[in-house]
Amino acid sequence: MVPPAEFSSYYGRPIVKEPTWAALDIAGYLFLGGLAGASSTLAAGAQLSGRPLLARPLKLGAAGAISLSLAALVHDLGRPARFLNMLRVFKPTSPMSVGVWILSAYAPAALAAALEELLAPPEDGWARGPLESAGPARGRLASAGQARGRLGSAGPALGRLGTAAPALGRLGTAGAALLGPAVASYTAVLIANTATPAWHEGHREMPFVFVGSAASAAAGLGLLGAPLAQNAPARRLAAIGALTELAAVRLLQRRVGIVAETYHRGRAGALMRAAEALTLAGLAGASAAGRRSRPAAALSGAALLAASACARFGIFEAGRASTRDPKYTVVPQRERDRSARP
Amino acid sequence: MNPSQRSLLSSVRGHGDPAADVYEQHPPRMGFFTDTTLCIGCKACEVACKEWNQVPEDGLNFTGMSFDNSEGLGADTWRHVAFIEQRKPIADSRANLQHDPGAPGDGDFRWLMSSDVCKHCTDAACLDVCPTGSLFRTEFGTVVVQADVCNGCGYCVPACPYGVIGKREDDGRVWKCTLCYDRLGEGMEPACAKACPTESIQFGELAQLRERASGRVEQLREAGVSDARLYGHDPRDGVGGGGAFFLLLDEPEAYGLPPDPLATTRDLPRMWRHAAIAAAGLLGAVGASFAGRG
Repeated sequence: MVPPAEFSSYYGRPIVKEPTWAALDIAGYLFLGGLAGASSTLAAGAQLSGRPLLARPLKLGAAGAISLSLAALVHDLGRPARFLNMLRVFKPTSPMSVGVWILSAYAPAALAAALEELLAPPEDGWARGPLESAGPARGRLASAGQARGRLGSAGPALGRLGTAAPALGRLGTAGAALLGPAVASYTAVLIANTATPAWHEGHREMPFVFVGSAASAAAGLGLLGAPLAQNAPARRLAAIGALTELAAVRLLQRRVGIVAETYHRGRAGALMRAAEALTLAGLAGASAAGRRSRPAAALSGAALLAASACARFGIFEAGRASTRDPKYTVVPQRERDRSARP
Repeated sequence: MNPSQRSLLSSVRGHGDPAADVYEQHPPRMGFFTDTTLCIGCKACEVACKEWNQVPEDGLNFTGMSFDNSEGLGADTWRHVAFIEQRKPIADSRANLQHDPGAPGDGDFRWLMSSDVCKHCTDAACLDVCPTGSLFRTEFGTVVVQADVCNGCGYCVPACPYGVIGKREDDGRVWKCTLCYDRLGEGMEPACAKACPTESIQFGELAQLRERASGRVEQLREAGVSDARLYGHDPRDGVGGGGAFFLLLDEPEAYGLPPDPLATTRDLPRMWRHAAIAAAGLLGAVGASFAGRG
């Protein structure tokens, strides 16, 4: 590693400002938003291919994750009551503006998809594939139909909702599936589009880190919630997502120069190492035993979810750390300056 | 620069005149030229700014950073005077400065003082990333926050390459130098420029200030002050040049300024492209997961 160039500073004081965002709110949103987006896309695939018991946990998970996300985002505002001011403008130069509009379309879609799962009876669902592989799940489906009967008697409004639910649900599932990749990727642009060295210097690789992490998390949710007979797509996506994330993180760290220190040291370093270990563990578990053992599949899924969360919190922390020492701002700029000048 | 970058940058769109994007007719671009060779470190600028703008007190500290106890720009410090004591002569022997060559320790000390402020960049990253439209470009080419719109999302804070804009935690909103927008509207000069006793802070039409500044740099260099340089004046720099620029006597980082600041928006087209590819990749990966049995 090339030793850092000599540089002077103003009493070692930071140059750029640390983000004021709370880690739990914003790094938490990076994780939950990615999980939601990728889960919606996977859920649609599950539904289309006749795997309702894989689709269900993914749709419910996506709705839960995006609801928590919206709460976290509003909570993090300095003036939460003014959150609607985000809808005053649409600015392509602001990933946050673009994101707010994406979420405005995605969240209702994901919620509609989940609502259908909860309200519409399974036998009215569409494209139900071979149920013989579902086995004991059929009993659960039958009792869900009885539950719907009880709900229907709760009032005409709920009954109307029950009949409208399949159509709305279909629309929601499709919409959420198409918007999901946007939800999973725009947040990478959001954090990279700052002067925070650890984020901006890695702006080329960050979208791939984020979608890999999101795919891995969604696959983890599928492994956690679906029966063995229907979890094969989750196992495959776990492999693709995990490998993409691992490769993209390595590439990022290699290409950001001196700023890579922030990804290796301190709290950020610990989180990134944990993320890598959990990803490998989840991947190994899913590949080796995910087909045969329900507990192994569930544990692997949980590991992948935890890995995705650790990665997001680690990247967030690395960003903050990179703003505290002026060398992470000065050295890359001096190197760029030197290389640009003839 | 490729076409997709052009469309996002004020410096190209408005030919270095950012107000032209927004206003059909507007007054000439106004700004600051801060000649730090004239600064005596009196901090009248800090006081005047706080008085006029009702900026809250933000710490009666002792930092040990020479005479700098305001520490840096932020939500509650819009003018910040930096002090650097250096073991370096202020000029070479050609300078006609009062020196007694025989005095002990003489000739190897200089005290740099500089009043820092928001640069009101031509390509202002804070303005670009603001999702509520709170930050806007005035008819004078300056960048101002509308406090009644800001919802405190805080995106502008890490976006600024100079670390200028800050958030008031008790208030929730972000605040920064307005270049005394209210005073400009009345044909008055900003409070700091008015208060500066040495005219280190010079306010006026930016084009005229830049001319004056390049003349001053030449004058100083001819007098033997070889370290004299302009900072933030160049429309070809990473923020398209600023509405506030400086004459410094050392490298920018010695004053706590970034040597090669960049408005992050310059890299945004590439980021959106990569995000689109990544999103398409996710869609493809999910599709591929369904190929096969089980």
